Amino acid sequence: MSVNFGNLFKIALRALSNNKFRGFLTMLGIIIGVASVITMLAIGQGSKRSIQDQISQMGSNMLSIDPGMGMMGGVRQDPSSMQTLKFADYQSIVAQCHFISAATPVVNASGQVIYGAKNAPTSVTGVNPDFLNIRKYSIADGEMFSLQNSKQLDKVCVIGHTVDSTLFSAGENPIGKIIRFKNTPFRVIGVLTEKGYSMGQDQDNIILAPYSTVQKRILAINYLNSIMVSATYESVADSAKQEIVSILRANHHLSDSQDNDFSVRSQKDLITMLSSTSDLMTILLAAIAGISLLVGGIGIMNIMYVSVTERTREIGLRMSIGARGMDILLQFLFEAILLSVTGGVIGVIVGIGASLMVQSLFAWPIFIQWYTVFLSFAVCTATGIFFGWYPARKAANLDPIEAIRYE
Amino acid sequence: MNYLIEVKNLKRYYKVGTETVHALRGVSFSIAAGEFVTIMGSSGSGKTTLLNLLGCLDTATEGDYYLEGISVKEMNKDQRAMLRNRKIGFVFQSYNLLPKTTAIENVELPLVYNPSFSSHERKAKAVEMLENVGLGDRLHHTSAQLSGGQQQRVAIARALINEPAIILTDEATGNLDTRTSYEILSLFQQLHQEQGRTIIFITHNPELASFSSRNIVLKDGKIVHDSLNTNIASAQEMLLQLPKQDD
Repeated sequence: MSVNFGNLFKIALRALSNNKFRGFLTMLGIIIGVASVITMLAIGQGSKRSIQDQISQMGSNMLSIDPGMGMMGGVRQDPSSMQTLKFADYQSIVAQCHFISAATPVVNASGQVIYGAKNAPTSVTGVNPDFLNIRKYSIADGEMFSLQNSKQLDKVCVIGHTVDSTLFSAGENPIGKIIRFKNTPFRVIGVLTEKGYSMGQDQDNIILAPYSTVQKRILAINYLNSIMVSATYESVADSAKQEIVSILRANHHLSDSQDNDFSVRSQKDLITMLSSTSDLMTILLAAIAGISLLVGGIGIMNIMYVSVTERTREIGLRMSIGARGMDILLQFLFEAILLSVTGGVIGVIVGIGASLMVQSLFAWPIFIQWYTVFLSFAVCTATGIFFGWYPARKAANLDPIEAIRYE
Repeated sequence: MNYLIEVKNLKRYYKVGTETVHALRGVSFSIAAGEFVTIMGSSGSGKTTLLNLLGCLDTATEGDYYLEGISVKEMNKDQRAMLRNRKIGFVFQSYNLLPKTTAIENVELPLVYNPSFSSHERKAKAVEMLENVGLGDRLHHTSAQLSGGQQQRVAIARALINEPAIILTDEATGNLDTRTSYEILSLFQQLHQEQGRTIIFITHNPELASFSSRNIVLKDGKIVHDSLNTNIASAQEMLLQLPKQDD
C-alpha cells in the first residue's frame, strides 16, 4: 500500500481553499477551544506561581520548628503551651546540623506598644540577627541588634514599617526613640524595609528584639516558642528536616516508640498545601475549556459530513478512476486534520496573545507552560482524527456506481 | 484469437425488497483490441449494468468477465480499483470534472492514484493529453470557464492519460448539442482510427451506431443484435454538412 502524503496535503488544501469562509467558521470552534485552554491554564498556573512566590518571599528555604502536641501528667496539651523547645535545642541544631545556613530562636509576646500619646496593638518577636536572613527582611534605616545585645539582655528593638507609621508622625525619625511594651522601655535602633501583606498578614506590623530580652525581661520563661532555620539550599531542606528531627529526638531523650514532641515544617509543605487548591481551580478551568474544544470537534465532524455529501460525485469519480477506499478515507481524514491543526495553530497564537493581554490589562499573574501548548496541539490533532474518522469512513464506503450518478 | 474483453454468460440480479430484478440475463460477447463498439439499448435494457460490469465497478452474479485475460470476478474492491486505474478510461455523460480545478489538474487525476508517476511526470502527461484532444490553449482554465464540449474533451483527456486498454463512455454526447456531439464523435473516431484505441460507446441513441465499427443491441437484459458495421460514417463529414453558424 502506498500513500503519497504530499498529494493528500495538496488535495486537502485545495478542498479547504474552495470553501475558505466555511473552513474558517469550522476552525473557529477549535481556535476558541485551544485559546481558552491555554489562557485558562496560563491564569491557573500564574496564580499558583504567585502563591509560591509569596511563600518564597518569606524564605523558601525556611524550616520552622514548633513544639508539638505532648502529654503533661496524662493530659494532652495544646502545642503552644508546650515548653519542650529549649535554647539548648537551638544550640544543638546550630552546632550539629550540616544543611543549615542560619538559625534563630523565636519567642513571641503580644500586647500594646506605646510611644508618647500613641499606642498600637502589635507583637514583639524575640529573635537573634539571623532572623532577617531567614525571613528575608532587611534594614531600611539604622541597624540590627547584635548577638552582643542578646547576651546583655539589652532593651533595644527594630520596628516594622506599620509600627513606625502608627507610632511616629511623618518626618519624625524613630531611631533613638524609646517605646514602651508591657512597661519595658525599648530603644528603637532600626527600621525594617516595607514587605507588605502575605496571605492576609501584615508583615510590617512587627517589632524585633533580642530573644533573651523578650524571654527573660517580658515573658519570664525558660523555653522557646519556636526555632526558625534556613536550609543551605531549597534542595537540601528535606535533609535538614531529617537531621533536625534526629537531633531533637536525641535531645529530648525520646525512645523509638514515642512520637515527636515537636514538629518541623518546611515551606515546601506549605506550598503543597496551598497549591492543591489552585491545582483544583486549574483543572476546573481547563475542563471547561476542554468542553469548548469538544464542541469545536463536533463542528468539524458536522462540516465533514456536509462535505462528504456535497462531494459525493467527486468521490464517485475518484473511485471510478482508481481511488481505493483507503485513498478516499485518508483524503477526508487529512482534510479534517488540516482543519483542526490549522485551528490549533491559530488557537495557540490567540491563546498566548489573550494570556499576555490578561496580564497587561488586569495585572493578573500568568504563566504559560510550554507543555500545555504542545498538549493542546496534540489534543487538536487527535480531535481531527477522532471527529474526521466517521465522515471519512462514510465517504470511503460509498458505492462508486451510485456516487458517480448522485444528484 | 486473443480478445481484449471476453464476456461469458454474464448475469446480474438485484434484490429490490422481496423481488429480484434481472438486469442482465446471460450476455456473451468478445471484443478485440482496436474495435469501436456501440452498445445500444433503451432504458431498462441493462446497458448501464453492463457498463458497470465492464468498467469493473460491479461484479456479476453469474458468468465470467475477462479483461486482458484476467478474471475480474475473483477480485476484491481494492484490486478492481487498481484495475480501473491502469486499464480503463471512463467518459461520463455529465463530464464529472472537479469544480474550481484547472484542466491540467483534472486530467492528471488518475495518475494521482498511481504511485509510479511523479508530480512532474503527471503534469507533462496531462499537457500532452490536453493537446491530443485539441485543448492545448485551455490548460489552466477551470471547469467553469470551459464550454460543455471543452469539458467533455477534458474528460476524454483524463480517460486517456493512463493509456487504458479500453475507453468506456456512458452517453458521452448526451448533454451536448448536435454540432458539439459531432465534434466529440469525430474526436473518438480519430482516437480509434489514428491511435488504434479500443472504445466502447454506451448509448440509447441509435443514430450513433453508424459511427462505430460494431453494434451490439441490448433488450431486456439480452443481446438481440450484434453486427459489424462496414459502412462507417465520418463524424467529420457530418460536421461539415451542418449549416454554418454565425458565431
